[in-house]
Amino acid sequence: MTSGPILRLDDVSVRYEGTLAVDGVQLEVERGDVLAVLGPSGCGKSTLLRAIAGLEPISAGRITFDGEDLAGRPTHRRGFALMFQDGQLFGHLSVARNVGYALRLRRLGRAAVNARVSELLELVGLSGFEDRMPATLSGGERQRVALARALAVDPRLLLLDEPLSALDASLRQSLAADLRDILHTAGTTALMVTHDHDEAFAVAGRIAVMFDGSVVQQGPIAQVWASPEAPRTASFLGYARVLTGASARLVAEAAGLRAGGQLALRRSALRVAETGVLEGVVEQVTSTPEQLRLVVDVPGAGRLDAVARLDERLVVGESVHLSVDATRVAQMSV
Amino acid sequence: MNRRLLGLAALAAGPVVVLGLFFVLPVTGMVSRGFFVDGQFAPGAVWEVLTRPRVARVLAFTVGSATAGTVLSLLLGLPAAYVLSRLELPGRRVVRALLLVPFVLPTIVVGVAFRQLLGEGGPLGFLGWEQTPVAIVLGLAFFNASVVIRTVGAAWESLDPRPGEAAAALGATPVQVLRTVTWPALRSSVVSSASVVFLFCATAFGIVLTLGGLRHATVETEIYLLTTNLYDLPAAAALSVLQLVVVVVLLAVTARFRTTSAAVQRRPFVPRRPARHDAPALLATALLLLYVAAPLVTLVSGSLRVGGEWSLGNYRALTTTGEYASLPVPVTEALATSLRTAVDATWMAVGVGLLLAVVVTRRSRSTAERRLRSGLDGLFMLPLGVSAVTLGFGLLVTLDSGVLDLRNSPLLVPIAQALVALPLVVRTLVPVLAGIDDRQRQAAASLGAGAWRTLLTVDVPVVWKPLLAACGFAFAVSLGEFGATAFLAREGAPTLPVVIFRLLGLPGAMNYGMALAASVVLAVTTAAVMLVVERLRVPSMGAL
Amino acid sequence: MKFLPISLRGTRRATTALAALTVLTGASLAGCSLVGGDSGSEGDAAKEVVLVTHDSFSLPDEVVAQFEEEHDIKLVVRGSGDAGALSAKLGLTAAKPIGDVAFGIDNTFASRTLDDGVFAEHSVELPPGAEEYALEEGGDRLVPVDTGHVCVNVDKAWFDKEGVAPPVTLADLTKAPYKDLMVVPSAASSSPGMAFLLTTHAAFGDDWKGYWEDLLDNGVKIVDGWSDAYYADFTAGGEAGKRPIVLSYDSSPAFTLDDDGESTTEALLETCFRQVEYAGVLEGAANPEAAELVLEFLLSEEVQSALPTSMYVYPVADATEIPDEWAAWAPSPTDPFVVPPDTIAEQRDTWLKEWTDLATR
Repeated sequence: MTSGPILRLDDVSVRYEGTLAVDGVQLEVERGDVLAVLGPSGCGKSTLLRAIAGLEPISAGRITFDGEDLAGRPTHRRGFALMFQDGQLFGHLSVARNVGYALRLRRLGRAAVNARVSELLELVGLSGFEDRMPATLSGGERQRVALARALAVDPRLLLLDEPLSALDASLRQSLAADLRDILHTAGTTALMVTHDHDEAFAVAGRIAVMFDGSVVQQGPIAQVWASPEAPRTASFLGYARVLTGASARLVAEAAGLRAGGQLALRRSALRVAETGVLEGVVEQVTSTPEQLRLVVDVPGAGRLDAVARLDERLVVGESVHLSVDATRVAQMSV
Repeated sequence: MNRRLLGLAALAAGPVVVLGLFFVLPVTGMVSRGFFVDGQFAPGAVWEVLTRPRVARVLAFTVGSATAGTVLSLLLGLPAAYVLSRLELPGRRVVRALLLVPFVLPTIVVGVAFRQLLGEGGPLGFLGWEQTPVAIVLGLAFFNASVVIRTVGAAWESLDPRPGEAAAALGATPVQVLRTVTWPALRSSVVSSASVVFLFCATAFGIVLTLGGLRHATVETEIYLLTTNLYDLPAAAALSVLQLVVVVVLLAVTARFRTTSAAVQRRPFVPRRPARHDAPALLATALLLLYVAAPLVTLVSGSLRVGGEWSLGNYRALTTTGEYASLPVPVTEALATSLRTAVDATWMAVGVGLLLAVVVTRRSRSTAERRLRSGLDGLFMLPLGVSAVTLGFGLLVTLDSGVLDLRNSPLLVPIAQALVALPLVVRTLVPVLAGIDDRQRQAAASLGAGAWRTLLTVDVPVVWKPLLAACGFAFAVSLGEFGATAFLAREGAPTLPVVIFRLLGLPGAMNYGMALAASVVLAVTTAAVMLVVERLRVPSMGAL
Repeated sequence: MKFLPISLRGTRRATTALAALTVLTGASLAGCSLVGGDSGSEGDAAKEVVLVTHDSFSLPDEVVAQFEEEHDIKLVVRGSGDAGALSAKLGLTAAKPIGDVAFGIDNTFASRTLDDGVFAEHSVELPPGAEEYALEEGGDRLVPVDTGHVCVNVDKAWFDKEGVAPPVTLADLTKAPYKDLMVVPSAASSSPGMAFLLTTHAAFGDDWKGYWEDLLDNGVKIVDGWSDAYYADFTAGGEAGKRPIVLSYDSSPAFTLDDDGESTTEALLETCFRQVEYAGVLEGAANPEAAELVLEFLLSEEVQSALPTSMYVYPVADATEIPDEWAAWAPSPTDPFVVPPDTIAEQRDTWLKEWTDLATR
C-alpha cells in the first residue's frame, strides 16, 4: 500500500467544445477522505468529475489513482462509482436489482448478491424496499437507492454529482448527515461536486473551491472556511458581506482581531449586546423563527448585517450596540 | 483520434459502407452516364435539359402536389394521431393497425379503386375530380396520413400531460394549451413526419400517373419516361440531380427542427375518456376512417364478385397460376416470396438503422462532431427522395464486376427495399435513443458495465419495443414495395405486388378478380403484421 | 445462457416480444429468407443459361422442364419491368450483359437495342411463317417470337342495348355518335398507347395531329395505362366503366365470353397496329451456344402453341395450333398498320413530345 494521496490530479485540463472547461487543476484526495469540490454552476466542476470517471478525455495533465496513471483506462474498468443528482436509477429494474447491478456484473452468486443487497438497503435505511420499482419511490428514497447501488461493490472511489441538490431542505439536511455517516462507516474515499456550501460542509472533510475552470483554494474544510482566499470565495462560502479598508479595520478591532486585509462577515457575526463596542442605527428589521435579522448603519463601517434575540423588540431608527463574534468572521490577506 | 471516436467510427462504418455501395455508388453511376456523351464529359446536355420550360413546370407541379399532399396528410393525420394516442376508445389498436394498410397497398390497385369512386361512373363522379390535381393530392394523403398518425401519435402518447394541465389551470383554453404547450413539444416530431411524408409524396409514382392522367407529370414520372421510353439519359440525369437538390434542401431546412434537444422524461400514460372538446378531433378521425375505408371497401367487394355474383372464386384461384396459367407462379407462392423477402429486408433495415441510430444519438463532444452526426442522419434520408428508376438502373450499371457483381443476387431486391425502409427505421429509433438521459449510461459505466453491457442495460430496455415497431414498419414497407422491386432481376420469384401488377395487365374478369383478391390478401397480411406490433408496444415508449 | 444481464422478469409482454424477435431472427437464419433459401446454382454455372426478359414472360412449367431435360441445362428466367425498362436495362449493360439471351424486345424498341450493340449474330433458322415478322435490318441478330395487335375494342353488348351501330374505322371514332365514348391509355406511359400513336402516324401520315385534334374534340379520354383504361373506364371491363370503346388488343375479345360462350366485345380489325416481340443472343454472353438453344426453344412448336394462353399473344410460326376461343373471337387483322423500327427509333422522341403538347394543351 502506498502512502500519501490516493487520487492525484496533476495540472489537469479538459477542453470541451472548444473552451477550456477545466484549466490546470491540481487536486489530491487522501484514502478514506471525502473531498467536496465547491463552485457555481458552469465552473467546470462536473466536467472535472466526469474526467475523473473517465467519461471525458483530458486534454492535458495526468490523473493517477493509487499510483497508477488512469489514462486509457475506460470508465467501467476504473472501479469507481458515480452517483447523480437525480439518482439515474434504471427504471425497468426493481430496487434490489438496481442495487445488485454491479454485483451481478461481477458474477456473484445469487445468495451473495441478495445478502449484500439487504445489507446495503439496511445501511441506507430502506430495508424491505427490495421489490419496489424506482417510479414508486420518493426523491429521497431514490437517492438512497442510488447510494446503495454505488456502494455495492466497495468502489475505490465514489464520485458524487450534486447528490442532494434535488431534495427539499429538511430532507437534504438529514440525508447529508446520513451520507456522511455511511461514507465514514464504509471507509469510502469520495469526491463530491456541489454548488451548495451547506451540503459540502455537512458531508466533506476537505474542500476545493473552483471558479472558471480553476481550483482557487483547497484544504481542510474548517481552514478554508476560516480564511477564504478572495471575496468571491467568501461569498460563495456563505459570507454575507466582505469589508475592506477602514470599515474592515473597525470591525476587526471590535472583534479583537489583528487589523489588516479584508474581512468577511457571516450574517450572524454582529449581535446586539449592551456590551458591544460598535454602535449604529437600525435601518431594517426582519423576524425569523429563531432571531431578528437587522441591517444596522454603523458610522465608519457602513451598513452591516446583524442579529438580535427575538425578545429585543427593536424598531427602525433605534440606536443599538453590537458585539462581534470572532468565529463568524474570516480574515483575508490582500 | 481517441478510442471513443474510433469505436464510433467502427460502428458507423457498416451503415456507411452499405449506403455507399448500394445507394451512393449506383445513383452517381447512373447520373454520371447522363453527364458523359460518348465518353466525353458534356454537362451541356444536362444543362440544356434544365432550361426546358417543361422541366420547370414538372418541378413546380412536383413540389406543389407534394406540399399539398403533405398538408392534407397532416390535416387528416394529426387529429387522428391525437384521438388514437390520447383517448380511451374501443378498438383503437385495431384502427391504428388498419390505418397503415393503405401505406402498403400497390398504387395501381389503389388507383383503380380510387378511380372507381371518383370516375365518371363512380359514386363521387359528380365532383369532377378525376384526372385533376385534387385526385392526386387525395391519393397522396390516402397513402401517407398513416405515417403522420404513427410518428406523431407516438410522440403525443409519451408527452407529459402535466404542463398542459398546469396551463389549463392558469386559464388556457384547450386551443391555447394546444398552441402554447402541446405544439412546441410536438413540433419536432410533426416536422420529422412531415419531411418523410413530403419525400414519399414527391417521389410517388403510380398514384400520380393513375389519378392524374397524363396532364400532370412529376419529376419521378418524368425520369421513368425519359429513361425507359426515350432513353434520354442526360435528361434523366438532369432530373435526378434536380431531385437530389430538392431533397437536400428539404432535409437541411427540417434538420434543425428534427433535433431532439433535451432528454425527454418518459412517463407511463393512461388514455382518458373523450370529453366534449374532443368532438372535432373525433369527427376528423371518423372522416379519415371513412376516407380510407371507401377505396378499401370497393376493393374488397370487387374481390368477392365473380361474373356479377358474390363468390370466393377469386380467392380460391389464388393457389393457381390463373385461368390460363399466365402467371409464372401461383399467387400464394408469390406471397411466400414476399414474406421471405420482407424478412430479409427487415433485418437489413433494422440492423443498419439501429447501428446508425446509436451512432447519431451518442453525445457529441464538439460542434464539428455534432454536425457530422446530423449530416449522417440526413444522408440516410436520401434513399426516400431519389427515384427508384435511377437507383434500380444504377445498381445494374455499377455493381457489375468481380465480387461486387450482385446484379443477379437474390439479395438485391431486399437490399433495395431495406434502403427504402431505412429512413423510417432511423426516424423511429433516433428520437427514442436521443430521449435517454446520457447519465444513465454514465452510471452504468461507472458501475463497471462495458460498452455492450451499458447498451444492454440502458438502451435496449427502452428501445426494444420501438425496435419491434420499426421491424413491423420495415416489414410492411417491404411487402408493399413495387418501384425498385419491379426493376431488379429475379429468378422466377416475383413478389406479390409484382404479380398483382401482372394480373392487372391482362384482360379477363378472372385475372382482374384475382388481382383484387391478391391485393386484399396483401392488405390483410400487412394489417396482421401491424396488429402484432401494436400488441407488443408499450404506450410510453413506442415511437411508431 | 446462465446469466441474463438485464431483467426481463415480471412482464409477460417482454417475454412475448423477445420471443417474436427471436422468431424473426430465427426465421431469417433458418432459411425463411432469401439468404437461407438461395439454392447453390453457383457450382454449375456452365450448366445454366440465363434468359433476361420482362415481367409478362411466362411459360408452362412442363414445357420448360422438357427443354431442360432434353439439353441437360437449367433455364434461369430473370424477368422484371416492362418492355421499355427491359430495353433500357439491356442498353445500359451492353458491355457486361446480365444474361445469355433476351426475349421481349418489341418492334418499337428493337432499333435502339441494336444500335447499342446489345445483340450478337445468331444462326437460328426461322420456322415457316415467321419470316414475315423478321426485321429488315438486324434480322441476323433478332428473331421474331410472337406477335399481337393493338386494336380499338368495342363493347358490342353496350352498342346493341343502346341501338347504336359500333364504329368500324379510325375515322369513325371522331364522329358525333361516338362522342365521349372512347378511352385510350397514354402514349407517354404505356406501350399500347404508344402503339396507337404510331397507328395514327401510319394511317394519316403528316395529318396525324389533325386526327388527334378531332379525337380530343370528340371527347376521347386519356388515362395512364392499359389496366386503367380497360378496368376502370371500359364498360365491359370493370363494373363502374362508362365508355364502350377502348384501346386494347386483338386477343382481348377472347376473354370477355358471356354465359353462352360468345364474346361480348370485338376488336376493330381496321384499327390495328402490329407489335412483334423479338429474342436474341446477348453480345458477350457467357454461354452463347446454350443461348441459341433457347432461341430455338422459343420458336419450337411447344412454346409457340403455349404463347396464346401464357402470354396472350399470337405465335409467329404458321403451323401452330391456337385455342378455339381465339380462333372464334380473336381473329388477327389481315392488313395491320406498320411503322418501320428505324423510323420509330428516329421519331419516337419528337412524336411523343408533339403528341404530349397536343394532348395536354
